[in-house]
Amino acid sequence: MTGGYGGADIIFDCDITVEKSEIAVVVGPNGAGKSTAMKAVFGMLDLREGSVLLDGQDITHMAPQNRVRIGMGFVPQNRNVFVSLTVEENLEMGAFIREDDISETMEQVYHLFPILKEKRNQPAGELSGGQRQQVAVGRALMTQPKLLMLDEPTAGVSPIVMDDLFDRILETAKTGIAILMVEQNARQALEIADHGFVMVQGKNRFIDTGKALLANPEVRRSFLGG
Amino acid sequence: MEIANALALFANFVLVPGTAYGAQLALGALGVTLIFGILRFANFSHGELMSFGTMAVILATWFLQGQGVDISPLPTALLALPAGILVAIAMSLATDRFVFRFYRQKRSNPIVFAIASVGVMFVYAGLVRIVIGPDDQSFADGARFIITAWEFEEMTGLDEGIAIKQSQVVTLVVAVAVMTALFWFLQKTRSGKAMRAYSDNEDLSLLSGINPDRVVMIAWIIAAALATIAGTLYGLDKTYKPFIFLQILLPIFAATILGGIGQPIGAILGGFVVAYSEVMVTYAYKKFLAYLGPADWAPDSLIQLLSTDYKFAVSFLILVAVLLIRPTGIIRGKVIG
Repeated sequence: MTGGYGGADIIFDCDITVEKSEIAVVVGPNGAGKSTAMKAVFGMLDLREGSVLLDGQDITHMAPQNRVRIGMGFVPQNRNVFVSLTVEENLEMGAFIREDDISETMEQVYHLFPILKEKRNQPAGELSGGQRQQVAVGRALMTQPKLLMLDEPTAGVSPIVMDDLFDRILETAKTGIAILMVEQNARQALEIADHGFVMVQGKNRFIDTGKALLANPEVRRSFLGG
Repeated sequence: MEIANALALFANFVLVPGTAYGAQLALGALGVTLIFGILRFANFSHGELMSFGTMAVILATWFLQGQGVDISPLPTALLALPAGILVAIAMSLATDRFVFRFYRQKRSNPIVFAIASVGVMFVYAGLVRIVIGPDDQSFADGARFIITAWEFEEMTGLDEGIAIKQSQVVTLVVAVAVMTALFWFLQKTRSGKAMRAYSDNEDLSLLSGINPDRVVMIAWIIAAALATIAGTLYGLDKTYKPFIFLQILLPIFAATILGGIGQPIGAILGGFVVAYSEVMVTYAYKKFLAYLGPADWAPDSLIQLLSTDYKFAVSFLILVAVLLIRPTGIIRGKVIG
C-alpha cells in the first residue's frame, strides 16, 4: 500500500497481512505511519498504489461503512464509545446493520468481557478507561467481524489494565477472528502477536513473528529500549 | 382563610398560567434542542415553523368548522392538528432538501447553518403573512373554562377563585402525552437510539452503519411536529398572533440553553423555569401581600418587579446569566462554540 491524506504520501509500499485466529501487531516509533496504515486498510484514505484484500476479495475502493458490512470491525483510538448511551445500547448500536437476532452475539461479548454485563445499564461515559476500551471492542465485535482492527487499544490505561486488555484480545482471537492492532506498548504487544510489523517512516522495516522480533537484537535496540 | 385566599390568588395568576406557558415553551425548546443535537446548529427558524404549522392547523380548523364538524367541548383544532403537523413536516423536509442539505454536503460551519436558518425564518414569516395575513386569529372553540373563578369561589367559599381554562388543561395533557411518546421513542426504539448515538458521536455512528440522512429526516419530522403542537397550544391558550413567533424565540432559546443544549429533559426543565420566572417577575403582588398582612396594610404600589411589557427581558437575563455562570446548562449539554 502507498498513500496519504491528499498531500505527500505517508506510507510507502507498506505490507500488512493477518490470518484468521491470529493477532498481527504494527509497532514503530511515533509518526511512522502506523495509524495511517491501519486507516488505509479500513479505507479511510485513498491508496495511490497497492490494494486491500479481505478473504481474497479486492475491496480497495470500498467505502468504510460498506467494509463494516462485509466483515471488518474498527475500533478508533479516540472517542470510540457513545458516552451518553448505556453499555448495552452501545452494543446494540454496534449491531445496527444486523437485521437478525443479536442476543447471542451480545451474550458472547458479555462472556468475553464480564464486567460489561455487570455495568450494562450504566452510561459508557461513566466507566473507567479500561472498561471503556472493552465497550469499544465489544461494540465492534457485535457485527461478528472476520477482521477486527484496534488502533492503540491500551492508550492511556494503567499497566495492569493493559495486561488484562491484552488477555481479552488474545481470547477474542481464539474465537476465530483475525486481529490487526497498532500499539505503542511494543514489547507487550509483540508478546501476544503471531505476526509483528515494525514500521519506520512509512515503510516496513521488519516483518516476522512476534517472538522472533522480540529476539531480534536490532529491533530490541532500536524500538524496545534494549 | 387569608392565607388560602393568597394562595388561590397566586395559583390563579401565576401557577396555572405559568404551567401552561411552561409546557408550551418546553415543547418549543424540545424541537430546538433536538435539531441542535442532530444537525448541530441553533435553528432560528423554529419560531416561525411553529407559526407556519399553527397556520396550517387554523386553516384546517376553519375547513372542519365549515363542514360542520364539532367535537365540543374539545376545540376543533385538536382534530385539525394532524393535518397541520403533516404540512409543517412537508415544509421542513423541503427546507432541509433545498437549504440545509447544501450546507451539510459542503460541511459548513455551524454558524453558516444558523445564519441560513435566519433566512429560512424570514421566508416562513413571509409565507405566513401572505397566506393568512398579519392579523390576529382566534380559532379556539369548544368549552372555554373547566372551572371558572366564580364556580371555584362558590365551591370553596373563598374570596379568590382559581380559574382553569380548558386550553390550559388541553395544553398540559397534550404536552405530557407528546413528551412521553418522544422519550419512549428516544429510549426504546432502534431509530431513537440511533438518533441519540448520532448526536453523541457522529463518526462512530457512521462506523456502526447508522444512516445519517435518515437520522436527519427523523429529526426534522419530530421537530416540525413539536413546533406545530407547541404553536397550536399557544394559539389556543392565547390567540394566534403571527408577530409573536419572532419574540417567542427568545424564551425558547433561553429554555434550551438553560436546560443544556441537546438535552431533551433539560429543554423541558428549562421551559418551565423560564415560564415561571417570567410570570412571577411580571406579576403584581399587591393583592397577594394584602391578604397576608394585617387589615388595611396593603401597600400603595403594585409590587410588580417588572412591567409585562418587559417580560422578554426575563428570558434575556436568564440567557445571559446561564451563559456566564454555567454555559453547559442545568443538565450538562453542548456549548455553542
